[in-house]
Amino acid sequence: MLTFTLRRISLFIFTMLVLTLLSFSLSFLFPGDTVINHSGQINATASELVQLNKAYQMDKSIVDQYGAYLTHILNGDFGQSMASQSPINNEIIELLPATIELSLVALLIAMVVGIPLGFIAAINHNKASDNVILSLAMLGYSIPVFWLGLLAILVFSIGLGWLPSAGQISLLFEIEFVSGIQFIDILLSDSPYKWQAFSNASAHIILPACVIALAPATIFIRLSRAAMIEVLAASYIRAARAKGLSFQQIIFRHAIRNALIKIIRHVGLQFANLVTIAMVTEVIFSWPGIGRWLIESIYQRDYTAIQSGLLVLSCFIFIIHILTDFIYAALNPLARGNQHGS
Amino acid sequence: MVVSTMSFKPTLPLLISAFVSLLTGCNEANKLSLSERSIIYCSEGSPETFNPQLSTSGTTTDAIAKQLYNSLIVYKGHNNILGPSLAKDWHVTRDGKKITFYLRQDVRFHQTNYFTPTRLFNADDVLFSFNRILDKSHAFHHVSGGQYPFFQSIKFDELVEKVEKINDFTVRFILTRNDSSFLANLATDYASILSAEYGEKLFIENTPHKIDILPVGTGPFKLKDYRVGSLIRFYRHDLYWQEKAKIEQLVFDISPSKTSRLTKLLAKECDVSSYPIAHAKIAERSDLLLESITSLNVGYFGFNTKKQPFDNKLVRQAISLAINKQAIIDTVYHSKAARAKSILPKTSWAYDSNTPELGYDPVRAKSLLEVAGYPQGFTMDLWAMPVQRAYNPNAVTMAKLIQADLKKIGVKVKIVSYEWSTFLRRLSLGEHQSFLLGWNADNPEPDNFFTPMLSCSASENGNNRTFWCNEEFDQLLQKALKTTNMSTRKSYYAQAMAIISEEIPLLPIAHSKRFQARGTDVEGDILSTFGGISFYQASKTKLTSEPQNIAKPDKSKKVSN
Repeated sequence: MLTFTLRRISLFIFTMLVLTLLSFSLSFLFPGDTVINHSGQINATASELVQLNKAYQMDKSIVDQYGAYLTHILNGDFGQSMASQSPINNEIIELLPATIELSLVALLIAMVVGIPLGFIAAINHNKASDNVILSLAMLGYSIPVFWLGLLAILVFSIGLGWLPSAGQISLLFEIEFVSGIQFIDILLSDSPYKWQAFSNASAHIILPACVIALAPATIFIRLSRAAMIEVLAASYIRAARAKGLSFQQIIFRHAIRNALIKIIRHVGLQFANLVTIAMVTEVIFSWPGIGRWLIESIYQRDYTAIQSGLLVLSCFIFIIHILTDFIYAALNPLARGNQHGS
Repeated sequence: MVVSTMSFKPTLPLLISAFVSLLTGCNEANKLSLSERSIIYCSEGSPETFNPQLSTSGTTTDAIAKQLYNSLIVYKGHNNILGPSLAKDWHVTRDGKKITFYLRQDVRFHQTNYFTPTRLFNADDVLFSFNRILDKSHAFHHVSGGQYPFFQSIKFDELVEKVEKINDFTVRFILTRNDSSFLANLATDYASILSAEYGEKLFIENTPHKIDILPVGTGPFKLKDYRVGSLIRFYRHDLYWQEKAKIEQLVFDISPSKTSRLTKLLAKECDVSSYPIAHAKIAERSDLLLESITSLNVGYFGFNTKKQPFDNKLVRQAISLAINKQAIIDTVYHSKAARAKSILPKTSWAYDSNTPELGYDPVRAKSLLEVAGYPQGFTMDLWAMPVQRAYNPNAVTMAKLIQADLKKIGVKVKIVSYEWSTFLRRLSLGEHQSFLLGWNADNPEPDNFFTPMLSCSASENGNNRTFWCNEEFDQLLQKALKTTNMSTRKSYYAQAMAIISEEIPLLPIAHSKRFQARGTDVEGDILSTFGGISFYQASKTKLTSEPQNIAKPDKSKKVSN
């Protein structure tokens, strides 16, 4: 396990280095002055510019410049947003938790719905229910998320009036910012309307989370179906059946556990996909997360924000990826010995 | 065997649906109490400042002026008569140069988490507020840029010689000349009263700029929280000097996208929405109400009276007679505007219903053209403004309609349009023959329509793009400003409008309306004819448990004027 951990950590460090190199080079590729792209200080005075050039070591070689850039990032200094002129790390700290919250809830929904459906399809392999589930999964996978989001608002918010269409919580509730994860903040707050706020926030998250969850859920269906079919064909299942175990015993004691391990490997991969979908969905549902902020930054040509936003988001996705790898390795001893990693 | 394993399948969707119904169910039942005491307003933009003295932008005025502040005097009622506010009474000397205000003695400033007032409102606050604008050496004059656009446009510093404190609750304004629009200007949202005590505190703390960011006023609401581009939260000012506001919390949900405002309105996430789109859709819903108010503005078709052929009065009359205003209103304004008889809208107190209006009469137009010496017609250019404004939502379409109308009397129209700033610059150089433009009034004072738009001085260096200059007209405006007798003034303005109808330097087309949509559970006036919106009177009725009313209320289609 130690080598496994070390290998993952070194992979993480190198990937992050490559990513920072990319975001560093973006400052040169974007139009405008490099040091202003780094720092975001578009209204800097002459003396401030001199200071900035010094801080980012612009007069030295490109390697020194990269070193200075890395030092800034490691110190948590992403510069200022060109649009709002406030420090980017403050904005990210305020916005990232909302995205994490939304993506995790969506991931949960995708797994809770997708995996059992995939298992059902596999158990009824080549029967009508299998075909129905597979076709639905295909259909769900083909629906573009921006269209689905608008449709969901049209039907559930405007038509039926069941669920709200925008934001994280009704603006009437004042929830103090502690962790940024709305549900935790609500529970920590001493508002007299705590439980109303909680249910209101839950109602707000349902639509966007379900919209995001659809595409990953269909992938989970196909993954879990394939995994289950593979497991059911394995010799130990045949042995169990020969021993006279009932079908339920076989499925719940042996098949599901072994199939789940195979699926967990893919959760990290799916998460990257899910965050991409979440960015579009945040715009549609006015969710105050980092995806919407990043897309707005693109509109406003806020290069500093684009750079740092990309860096933080990819870092976040990578951490999730590694975490799922760890979980997979912890559950499946076979994976730890794998010399070449995946 | 297979069937038995499927027993868990239906439980999952069932569980989810139970969860959803639980959440939405209790959500509706419990939130009622809080939502009943609050109003969420979907506004179109963020305010630039929290001090009305510093801005003339409609969005800013809407958000802050009437919510947070009071002026010394206000316009009241449907006739827009000046009434007391922070000043309970006032007295104007016979020469009109000394105006004394007697202040209320029971007015409290907001207590917020950044300031606790220790005294009541008094003369010092009035002096502080106005000296900030007038006195260039005042400690706060240059804070936040030192620009007071409204007061600069009316040349307030030339008009007011000084502001004196007679005693703690009496203030006197000494003017350099008699000006009957003075009181009207003091009654605007821009002449809000700030707290001198708060100013002192900030001055000592060396953070004077906070006075325009963290406001302290006397208005019915106080600021609780503001997040740029996201929301403004107001709490009720419980010690308001009048009866306190009916709602406890007012939230501005800043939603610049018009479709998102519509969605939020339809999904009941906001109670009131500014500038709604899809009027027909809102009107057909029984739970929503579309209201409108004729604002103090005018969209017009102007002629360059310094250029051929529009230097001839007869030609201007002929062209005006040939234009079908009603068709323009139906097409360009979607019938949602009032036809303009003259430049003053009906909501102005000086409006005179007897003002003559040139009708639509192409036959007479043709004969007038012949008299003027253009029996074969002529070719003209028409400059259409490239941007959308409340007073003219689509100038190019309007220009096309005018083009078609004028073709009938043999006049060929070339439509010209430039980018907005170029358009205005070239217009001021007088390169045009005719143009489409409009005017938005800053206050109910009728002079605000006449002097800036059509006076001789405005033709030299102002907004008079018709370059029309009429001595008699100008004298009438001067006389109207020198008297304070409302009916005398009204008659002067009526005469001035008669001159406009006769001379036709411009053809007033429409007074457009301002729209707002709200849920039927929100009661009380919010929109006003001029100046910012006010939520002081707004309240909410209890929502009925039945989702739909059996009988469609008549209210849903009523459009109030």
